[in-house]
Amino acid sequence: MNTETAPLESRDWTRRDALKGIGATLGVAAFAKALAPLTEWTQDLSVDQFLQKHYKELSPMDLAIVLARLEKETKEQYGADVSIKDYKAQPGVKFGYALNLSICIGCRKCAEACHIENNHDRPSAQSYIRVFEMQKGSLDMEKGNAHYDHPVPQKDKFYMPVQCHHCDHPPCVSVCPVEATWKEPDGIVVVDYNWCIGCRYCEAACPYHARRFNWTKPQIPAEEINPDQSYLSNRIRPQGVMEKCTFCLHRTRNGKLPACLEACPTGARVFGNLLDPNSEIRKVLAEKRVFVLKEELGLKPNFFYFFDV
Amino acid sequence: MIAITTRKIAFVVSCLCFAAVLLAGVRDHVAAPSDAPSQTIISNAPLHPVIIRPGPETPRILTTQTNYAGEIARASCSSCHTTTTPNRNTASSAQLLKFHQGMTYAHGNQSCLNCHNETDYDSLRLANGSSLPYADVMKLCGQCHGPQLRDYEMGLHGGMNGYWDRTRGPRTRNNCVDCHDPHNPAYPVVQPVLPPKDRIAVPRKSEHGSVKLCEKTAASICNVLSSLHPTLFA
Ligand code: HEC
Ligand code: HEC
Ligand code: HEC
Ligand code: HEC
Repeated sequence: MNTETAPLESRDWTRRDALKGIGATLGVAAFAKALAPLTEWTQDLSVDQFLQKHYKELSPMDLAIVLARLEKETKEQYGADVSIKDYKAQPGVKFGYALNLSICIGCRKCAEACHIENNHDRPSAQSYIRVFEMQKGSLDMEKGNAHYDHPVPQKDKFYMPVQCHHCDHPPCVSVCPVEATWKEPDGIVVVDYNWCIGCRYCEAACPYHARRFNWTKPQIPAEEINPDQSYLSNRIRPQGVMEKCTFCLHRTRNGKLPACLEACPTGARVFGNLLDPNSEIRKVLAEKRVFVLKEELGLKPNFFYFFDV
Repeated sequence: MIAITTRKIAFVVSCLCFAAVLLAGVRDHVAAPSDAPSQTIISNAPLHPVIIRPGPETPRILTTQTNYAGEIARASCSSCHTTTTPNRNTASSAQLLKFHQGMTYAHGNQSCLNCHNETDYDSLRLANGSSLPYADVMKLCGQCHGPQLRDYEMGLHGGMNGYWDRTRGPRTRNNCVDCHDPHNPAYPVVQPVLPPKDRIAVPRKSEHGSVKLCEKTAASICNVLSSLHPTLFA
């Protein structure tokens, strides 16, 4: 397996090349089997969709055509009129997020807001945020329980929401065999859902369990669909691709706060521009003793936790 | 059925080679040089306002009388309290026998008159005895809870709505008493929303007529997989 990631531009890169790369290491038989799901999914793909270029190679014209096609497909498949835009990173902005564990009560309103904002599959109650109920004294998220369903907060517990940490060294990005996921200039790690082949390496590579796979075609009633969508974030994902938290880039690249922050009834979440010394997020870093999860992995997350002491 | 089997095999294959990839990837990254110093851009664009939700209106007590319009009349606090003698010792609801019975009060066993103004029950009082309108209650809270007020002012306590980028839009902020009942300030216990359904959106027999992920895999492989990915295997 080739883990070197030369910049996309510098290679004459096609999806087929990438798959050839896998084939070489896995052997022909395994390769054919690994490909089988892909051929199965391609049945659902339109020709336009299959021939679509990688996001970064789309000209403004190509992109306009793709966005119009996606809007049309959403109308056909979900019966909803939506607007799908493409918002670019703002210069001078690098996003950071912090969460006050002394304040969070584990109500999961953030996870619910994510579910609604990002047009997640309804039957599976999917969300990019998992809230762990943790024993006081332990910070090991692997020991947390994400399936609690009793009144909160419990006396001897604290609550730790976990979502994509938008690492500076994202392992999920470097394992992607087709460069369908990458880090944007404002620090947001995104996925081109139309380029992703659904191999799920990234899901396995993420030590924060922050990536989700669309096992089924998302089901959402038309009236519940959030119509304010963007290509790289909350548009409805096709079946068989990976998805993840995008810091609500369709909101945050327009200056708004992420949906999970606005939904938090306790005010435990702090979001902002790490490059602005007057931002709230910079004040957290200056005033509080922050820590990151699994620091020993050296991934440099941009998601911080702190306690009031 | 066929579908899930091929996908499963693909998954097994990918799992087997992922470990190597992950290890290699992580090693590379630890060794990677740290980022170039980040640039700082300070905008001089005019900022939209921060709107703090006002404190409560001056409270009143519902009476049994109705006014000329047939509405229930509401008496001002001072309508009684100009004639009663202020009692500095009242510091719990159990002590209230003649009026205000049954109120929930759990705020550090402090005297009611630490907050209520004994010279004017239609206002609050600051520590120095000066009168404070109810609308400005946050100033009172801040006198005893300095760290929280300081955090609040930095945007680190109490949350916000609207824009992180105030060059683009305004922001609304809660009042202390939107979240903390002044008489019982501990944040209430709630039932969490979005109860967990399935562990992950894996198709199940009952829902989609397909098999569970592990059902037809050799037990040994399944064990390995589920220990690698506990969250994926229900
Ligand atoms: C109907 C008359 C009446 C009204 C109206 C009334 N109170 Fe009282 N209040 C009393 C009485 C009587 C007591 C003494 C209760 C006791 O000690 O058993 C009292 C006690 C109190 C106390 C405890 C301290 C003390 O001085 O005894 C506070 C604080 C207080 N009232 C606040 C208020 C506020 C604020 C309002 C307006 C929302 C209000 N009251 C309206 C009759 C009234
Ligand atoms: C921490 C400051 C604080 C303390 C201590 C306090 N109060 Fe209050 N009280 C308030 C504020 C602020 C309001 C206005 C709340 C509102 O309208 O939302 C209020 C409202 C009231 C009211 C009218 C509305 C209601 O909730 O019934 C009464 C009566 C009252 N207080 C009585 C008391 C009594 C009696 C005590 C002592 C047992 C007491 N308060 C202690 C701050 C305080
Ligand atoms: C005169 C001082 C004083 C004022 C004014 C005051 N408090 Fe308090 N507060 C206390 C004390 C004392 C405690 C109890 C601390 C303890 O139990 O350790 C407390 C506790 C609290 C707690 C923690 C409660 C818990 O059980 O976890 C909160 C929240 C709180 N206050 C909020 C407020 C708010 C909001 C206001 C303004 C309406 C306010 N306080 C005004 C003295 C004050
Ligand atoms: C968005 C809701 C919200 C607002 C607004 C808010 N708080 Fe809090 N506050 C919380 C939560 C949640 C906690 C933690 C849970 C708890 O201890 O009850 C907390 C905790 C506290 C505590 C207890 C700290 C401790 O160590 O026990 C104090 C005191 C407090 N807040 C004061 C204030 C003051 C003063 C203001 C206004 C300047 C304010 N809060 C505004 C939600 C809020």
